[in-house]
Amino acid sequence: MATMNFAGKTLELDADGNLANRVDWSEDLARELAAQDGIAELTPQHWAVINFMRTVFEKDGDAPSIRRLTKESGVDTKTLYALFPKGPAKRAAKIAGLPKPKGCI
Amino acid sequence: MTQAAEPIQKVSIIVSHGSLEGVYPGLIMANGARMEGIEASLFFTFFGLDAIIKKRMNSLKVATVGNPGMHMPTLLGAIPGMSAFATSMMKKEIEKLDIPPIGEFITMIHDAGCEIYACKATVDMFHLMKDDFCEEVDGIISVGQFYEKAAGAQIIFT
Repeated sequence: MATMNFAGKTLELDADGNLANRVDWSEDLARELAAQDGIAELTPQHWAVINFMRTVFEKDGDAPSIRRLTKESGVDTKTLYALFPKGPAKRAAKIAGLPKPKGCI
Repeated sequence: MTQAAEPIQKVSIIVSHGSLEGVYPGLIMANGARMEGIEASLFFTFFGLDAIIKKRMNSLKVATVGNPGMHMPTLLGAIPGMSAFATSMMKKEIEKLDIPPIGEFITMIHDAGCEIYACKATVDMFHLMKDDFCEEVDGIISVGQFYEKAAGAQIIFT
């Protein structure tokens, strides 16, 4: 199993390279994962997306669809893609410490 | 171990059918590409243009005649109201999956950075004008221009 080192600890990753154990997640780790993706700074809008995804995942066991994300998080589609240019679904989930979303939309 | 294949960077998706089941796959593929950070463009041609014509985009129907996938005898599919019934059933299932209606989907895909084009030959054939199309349409282009824009992309015909 792949791992990453963060703050002196070895964290397990799943087959997609996302965090395997959600208890390992922290805001500092999110900043580090974002930096690895070329996002220099997590703005309040980034956090709105990350926190919304985590809340939905807690409840439903999967990340929200893009449509639900944009309707309920207060971040519209254009902004969402500007925040996560390398693909909002996959990349935001990774930064949020969640597995890759299962949905197609 | 085989070497990992190069990830897809760009797709150009052609939508040539105007039925509900003919349009959705292309839109889902385009939206899914953008979600993965893959560059995408959509090219609507022939009856596929209905998906970006303002007056028609939100009233596309499921084809119940000449559609073997419906598993329905042709004469049964031809009964008045059958297509409307199949359409409303499909729309319900689509909504359950959180897939938007065509109009909203086109806006969402365009906002996601996917370029949307109409085929010039079809526009001329059907005597359509720029004004007939929804505002998301980035242009009416020829096949040649389509290929230029599709440089380096995987072309998907639906």
